[in-house]
Amino acid sequence: MKALVCVKRVIDYNVKPRVKSDGTGVDLANVKMSMNPFDEIAVEEAIRLKEKGVVTEIVAVSVGPAKAQETLRTALAMGADRAVLVQVGDADEVEPLAVAKIVKGVAEEEAASLIITGKQAIDDDSNQVGQMVAALMGRPQGTFANEVTVEGDSVVVKREIDGGLETVKLALPAVVTTDLRLNEPRYASLPNIMKAKSKPLATKAPADYGVDIAPRLKTLKVSEPPVRSAGIKVADVDALVAKLKEMGVA
Amino acid sequence: MAKTLVWVEHDNASVKDATLAVVTAAAQLGEVHLLVAGSGCGAVATAAAQIAGVGKVHVADDAAYANALAENVAPLIAQLMADHDAFLAPATTTGKNIAPRVAALLDVMQISDILSVEGPKTFTRPIYAGNAIATVESSDAKLVITVRGTAFAKADSTGGSGTVEAVSGPGAAGTSTFVGSEIAKSERPELTSAKIIVSGGRALKDAETFAAMITPLADKLGAAIGASRAAVDAGYVPNDYQVGQTGKIVAPEVYVAVGISGAIQHLAGMKDSKTIIAINKDEDAPIFQVADIGLVADLFNAVPELTGKL
Repeated sequence: MKALVCVKRVIDYNVKPRVKSDGTGVDLANVKMSMNPFDEIAVEEAIRLKEKGVVTEIVAVSVGPAKAQETLRTALAMGADRAVLVQVGDADEVEPLAVAKIVKGVAEEEAASLIITGKQAIDDDSNQVGQMVAALMGRPQGTFANEVTVEGDSVVVKREIDGGLETVKLALPAVVTTDLRLNEPRYASLPNIMKAKSKPLATKAPADYGVDIAPRLKTLKVSEPPVRSAGIKVADVDALVAKLKEMGVA
Repeated sequence: MAKTLVWVEHDNASVKDATLAVVTAAAQLGEVHLLVAGSGCGAVATAAAQIAGVGKVHVADDAAYANALAENVAPLIAQLMADHDAFLAPATTTGKNIAPRVAALLDVMQISDILSVEGPKTFTRPIYAGNAIATVESSDAKLVITVRGTAFAKADSTGGSGTVEAVSGPGAAGTSTFVGSEIAKSERPELTSAKIIVSGGRALKDAETFAAMITPLADKLGAAIGASRAAVDAGYVPNDYQVGQTGKIVAPEVYVAVGISGAIQHLAGMKDSKTIIAINKDEDAPIFQVADIGLVADLFNAVPELTGKL
């Protein structure tokens, strides 16, 4: 069966985002960009399912600017077989609802049985695309996956929930969104990075799937969070105990 | 006046606290209606009707809604939204699972994790792990929102006089089944509602040391136990202990960070705590930049001494 993995190009995990002084957004000029960490886990999971003989082909899809090609090449270097870039302008911010509509189009075109994506992107922190794809396709969803097992026509997903874990069984085709503990993504080896350059990468447009990407939300401003200032340092444990007693905690 | 529909989070016995903050947010938009979906959830509906400021309580009592499977409850909510202007759910794992599915069914762009209501269609929400706050305005006819519980005061759980009304929805979608759950049983307060939290980081070396250092201190303070992502990744504690952007967002009265350096991702999950206390041997650790009270000390000496002196 075919797996579709959705990946997003985002600011690198280790970079501290800076809010632009004019309050229009976050400064991304000359900032290191990488694959969204949760999406790396999604790619890894698809590869593991292929290594187990469950998945036969992995198609990676990204909705983003021309440079999102780099992110797709990373997915190909990790082990995806093909890639589809649904290209938008450099300044276009495509909202989760529009991304989900595009992914639905790609998933139907590819007849994918399993759609795997990160639970959220670390830029807009929306946590929506997977659930929306599932809704639009009328298919079940296994969000925040901790363990994924394909059993015949179903996929059993162990999910991270508040307070523990929950297991659901979903009829395929299904959508899975990944949580942190699902796996540890591999690094692409140099030979695989070279090989990835010749793997097929198709470029499409949102219009190919009949999707209007006009935003529904208008960002009025982006500001710095309230700053918390440093307090005092105490000399020793006794001073800390005294402070705690003052606060009525101890 | 706008009519809102609030998802009541419950365990078929009582209303979870997370719901109360959502009621406060919903009240800022308009009339507050609740949805209690479950199986044998009559007692929850009665309790929900007591929440201050609540109008109607819709109860969908059906085996299909027993485990809040998104495939089953989202169409029910979408149907009820014909008579409501906004759907609000807590930004818990349940809310985050269901709300986007509702939004897609309604062709609405969801507004995730709101921190404040600025106008009838304008909200603030954190982006980039809380390193920036966006003010967004929706152009959709209906709103679908998840609410950050720590950003809103909890509505009183008593004093209300809502009317309970039974509703029915499409029932089971037939594409998913609930297999089971493993819920960690603990005498401790829940992380997201605890007044005091003691959290440990990677400096705690291993699972045994984590338990030996953190547990007695938490016991003394009657605190919940949390951990940094580094400590979770290293396997010291399970993932549901994780405080941070990708874990739980907490805002207790007192947050004690032990051996936690203060990575951006961790700070995003706890910086709204009322008082932050940090114990770390590295005086340049970023955690001290947000801590109200800092103690530069080796935790392996300081924590047992602190536990002993409390």
